[in-house]
Amino acid sequence: MKTETDTKAVDINRNIGDFSYDVAHAYDAGTGLSEKTIHYISDVKEDPDWVREFRLKGLKTFLEKPMPTHWASKDLEAIDFDKIRYYLSGGTQAKRTWEEVPEDVKRTFERLGIPEQERRFLAGVEAQFDSEAVYSNIKKAVGEQGVIFVGSTEGLKNHPEIFRKWFGKVIPIGDNKFSALNSAVFSGGSFIYVPPGVKVKHPLQAYFRINAENFGQFERTLIICDEGSELTYMEGCTAPKFNTATLHSAVVELVALKGAKLQYITVQNWSENVFNLVTKRGLAHENAEVKWIDCNIGSRLTMKYPSVIMKGRKARGEVLSIALANDGQHQDTGAKMIHAADETTSNIISKSISIGTGRATYRGLVHVPKHLKNCKNNTECDALLINATSRTDTYPAITVRGTGNAVQHEASVSQVSAEQIFYMQQRGLTEAQAMSLSVNGFVNDLVRQFPMEYSVELKRLIELEMEGSVG
Amino acid sequence: MSLVAHDEVKKAGGILSGPVESRDLPDWFREQQREAWEQFQALPSPTRKDQLWRFSNVDLLDLKSFKFGGELSDRDRDAILEQSCGLDEVAARLIFAGDRLIERDVISEQLKKRGVIFQPLERAMVEHADLFRKHFMSQPAVLGSAKFAALHKALVSSGTFLYVPRGVEIELPIEIFHWLHGESASVFPHLLLVTDELAKVTVIESFRSLDRHLLGFACGVNDLIAGPGAKVTYVCAQTWGENVRALQMNTTTVDHDASAMSLNLHLGAKYSRFESLSRLIGEGGRSDLLAVSVANGDQEFDARTLQDHVSPHTASDLLYKNALDDRARCTFGGLIRVERHAHFTDAYQKVRNLLLSDDSEANSMPGLEILADNVRCTHGATSGQIDEDELFYLRTRGIPISVAQRLIVIGFLNEVIRRLDQPAIAAHLNGLIETKFAA
Repeated sequence: MKTETDTKAVDINRNIGDFSYDVAHAYDAGTGLSEKTIHYISDVKEDPDWVREFRLKGLKTFLEKPMPTHWASKDLEAIDFDKIRYYLSGGTQAKRTWEEVPEDVKRTFERLGIPEQERRFLAGVEAQFDSEAVYSNIKKAVGEQGVIFVGSTEGLKNHPEIFRKWFGKVIPIGDNKFSALNSAVFSGGSFIYVPPGVKVKHPLQAYFRINAENFGQFERTLIICDEGSELTYMEGCTAPKFNTATLHSAVVELVALKGAKLQYITVQNWSENVFNLVTKRGLAHENAEVKWIDCNIGSRLTMKYPSVIMKGRKARGEVLSIALANDGQHQDTGAKMIHAADETTSNIISKSISIGTGRATYRGLVHVPKHLKNCKNNTECDALLINATSRTDTYPAITVRGTGNAVQHEASVSQVSAEQIFYMQQRGLTEAQAMSLSVNGFVNDLVRQFPMEYSVELKRLIELEMEGSVG
Repeated sequence: MSLVAHDEVKKAGGILSGPVESRDLPDWFREQQREAWEQFQALPSPTRKDQLWRFSNVDLLDLKSFKFGGELSDRDRDAILEQSCGLDEVAARLIFAGDRLIERDVISEQLKKRGVIFQPLERAMVEHADLFRKHFMSQPAVLGSAKFAALHKALVSSGTFLYVPRGVEIELPIEIFHWLHGESASVFPHLLLVTDELAKVTVIESFRSLDRHLLGFACGVNDLIAGPGAKVTYVCAQTWGENVRALQMNTTTVDHDASAMSLNLHLGAKYSRFESLSRLIGEGGRSDLLAVSVANGDQEFDARTLQDHVSPHTASDLLYKNALDDRARCTFGGLIRVERHAHFTDAYQKVRNLLLSDDSEANSMPGLEILADNVRCTHGATSGQIDEDELFYLRTRGIPISVAQRLIVIGFLNEVIRRLDQPAIAAHLNGLIETKFAA
C-alpha cells in the first residue's frame, strides 16, 4: 500500500517538470485551429502549394473524425483543442541561472550522468546549447556518404523528388484523427535518406538536430533507407523535458527498401501534463527489417502503437517496448504487425511497470491475411505491478487466415515477489534498492538491446522512479 | 436488425411483434416482459464498430423473418423423442420442443424430499416466486448482448428451474434438450440453476434442430449460481442445424469456496455467439471455463468471455480450442478483470486455434485488466496448423491422411473435454464431434 514516502518519490518526478522558461516567439499562430491557422503556417513556412493542400485536407479530415473514445481512454476528452497553440517558432529563450534550478532536478541530472553542458541546457539555463556544431559535424560526416539528414521542412523543399514519393504514403492523412491533425499543422521533425548500400555507422540523433531549432509538438519524420542500406535513428532523450504545450502529436513514417535495415529508437519522457498521441509506422520491403525500440516514461497519457507493414517477401518487423506508468500516468502503448507477404516474421516484446496509481496498457494487432505462407509472429507482454493501486491492461487482437502460419501471443501479469525482496534485504540492501533491482531485472533482457548510453541512463531512471515506491 | 412494419410482422407471427399476451403467466412476469420488450426496442443494434462485436458478422442477426414456434405434429413429436438420446444414466430429464415441454423424467422422490426443485420455468415462477424473482436474470448482460438479453426476457415462455438445497449432492447429471422445429422458428431456452451451500450438481443442455437445413433462431440464457462451497458443472452441447443463428448468454456467480465448471461444445449453427461471464464474489471461489468448437463450411463462432474477479483469493482458468476448416471463422474476445482489492487472484486464459484450410480465419482478442496487485494472471493465444511431423508419423504407421488429420484434431480438442473429469459426458461429446467429422 502507498505511504508518505511513496508520494515523496513520485513528487521528485513531478518537480522535474516544474521548471520552465519564458519564451518570446517571432511567429505565433495563436490558439485554436481553423483554415486561417493553416494558411498562417503555410505562409510562414513558405510551403509549396501541394503542402498547403495537404494541410487543408488534413484539417478537414481531423474535424470530421470522431474521438476514438469507443476504445480509447476517456481522458482524451480533456484535450481542449481551442486552447492549443498549433505553431510557434523563431523563439529566443530567456536565461536564468544554474543556481535557480531546483536541487532535485540537478540531482536527477547527476544521477542520470548527463554531462554538465547538457544539464545546463536541459534546465533551461542556457538558451543556446551548442548543438549546432555537433549537428553540422554529423551532417558533414554522413553527407560524404550521400546521406541526407535535414529537417522535414528543408526536406520537402530541397528534395521533393524523394520526399513526395513517400510522404503521407505509409501513414495516410485519414489514418486516424491525430495523424490528420499532424498532417494539418506539422512542423519540425527529420527527413533522412540513406542511399543504396550505405551503412551509417553511428546512430543519427534527432536530439542534436532538433535542439538547433525548436522542440516540435507536431513533428513529422520521414526516413527512407534505400536498397541494402542500414541506419539507426534515435529520438528523444532520457532526461525529463519540460514542455508548456499539453499536446504532442507526431507522425513518423519509415520506409525500408529491399534488404535495408532500419532501427528507430525513442525514449519519451515528457512532463506529466502532456498528451502524447503519436502515429508511427514502417514499411518493410523484400528482405528488409524495421525495428522499433520504444521507451515511454513520461507524459500524462501516451497513445502510441508503432507498426510495421511487411510488404515484401521475408521482411521482418520488430517492436521492443518498455513503459513505466507512475502516479497519474496512463501509458497506452503497443504494436501492430501487418503481414502482407510470404515468409514474413514479426516479433513484439513489451514490458510495462505500473507504480502508484499508474496504468499501463498494451494494445496490439497482428494480422495475417489469407494465402500467405510461413508467416510467423511472436508476441510477449509482461506487466509488473508495484502497488495495490496500480493498474495494467492487455488488449491484443490477432487475426490469422489460412494454414501455414504460426502466431503466438503470451502475456503475464505479476508483482515483485516478496521472497526476492526479503532475500535481497537479508544481503543488506534496503527495500527500495531491492525493489529497483528487481524491476531492473524485469526489463533487463530488453534494455540490453538498447544502445549502451541509453541503457545506462534508462537503468538509472528506473531506479529514480522506483525510489520509495515501497514503504 | 431492421425493424419492419409492426402489423406486417404481427400477421406473420414474427418474433418482432413482441411478447405474446395470451400466455398463462403471472401478471408481474408479463409486466417484466413488456418492460424488457421496450428495452429491446430502445437499445441500438450492435455494429462491428462496437468493441464487443469486433470481427463479428452482425449482418447475420437480422431477425425479420423469424417466427414463434408453431404446432408440433405427432410425427415430429415422436421423431424428437426418439432422437433425444444423450446420456445413458441421468438423474432427471426435460425435453423442450419449440419452447414447450413435451417430455419429463422427474427427479427421484428422495431428492424431492430433500428439497430439490426441478420444474419448468412457468411453474417455478408461481410456486417458488421469491426464489425465482431473486435470481431470474439478475445480472446485466455486459458482454455486448444487452439487446438480445432484453429480447430473451421479453419472449421467454418456458425453460428449466433447478434448485439444489444445502448439502444435497446429485450424483447423476441432469439432462435438458431444446429442439427447434419448423421453418424460420425461434426458441428462447432458459436455465436458472441455483445451488445452496455445499450442494453439488451437473447439468447438460443439448440444443438441436429437427430438420438440419431449416432457418432458425435461438436466443438462450443460462444463469448458474454456485452457493458457498457448492460444486456446479454445466455442459452445453450445441448441434443446431446449419441455418440457425444462435445466441447464448451465460452468467455464472461463484460464492466463497464454491467451484463452477462449464464446457461449451459448439458444432452446429450458421452463426453462434456465446457470452460467458464468470463472477467470483467470494474468497476461495474457482471457475473453469472450457469450450470446444469445430467449425466448417461457412460457420461462424463468436465467443466473448469475462472472468470477473470481484473478491480476493479467487481463481479462474479458461481454455478454449477451435478447429477451423473450409471458410469458417472463429472469434474469441476474452477478458480477465481483477477488480480493485481483489488481491491474490490466480487467473489464466488460453485460446488455441487450429486452422485446417486456407480460407479459415481465427481472430483472438485475449485481454487483461488488472486493478489489484499480488495477482498471477497470464493469457496466451496461438494460431497454427497441424504439425507436419505428427502427420508424417501417423502416415508411416499406415494411417490414411484424412484419418490421421481427424485423429490429430480430436486429440487436440480432447485435452479440453478431459478436463471435465466426467467420462460418460466426455464420451457423449466425443461422439458428437465424430458424427460431425463423419458427415
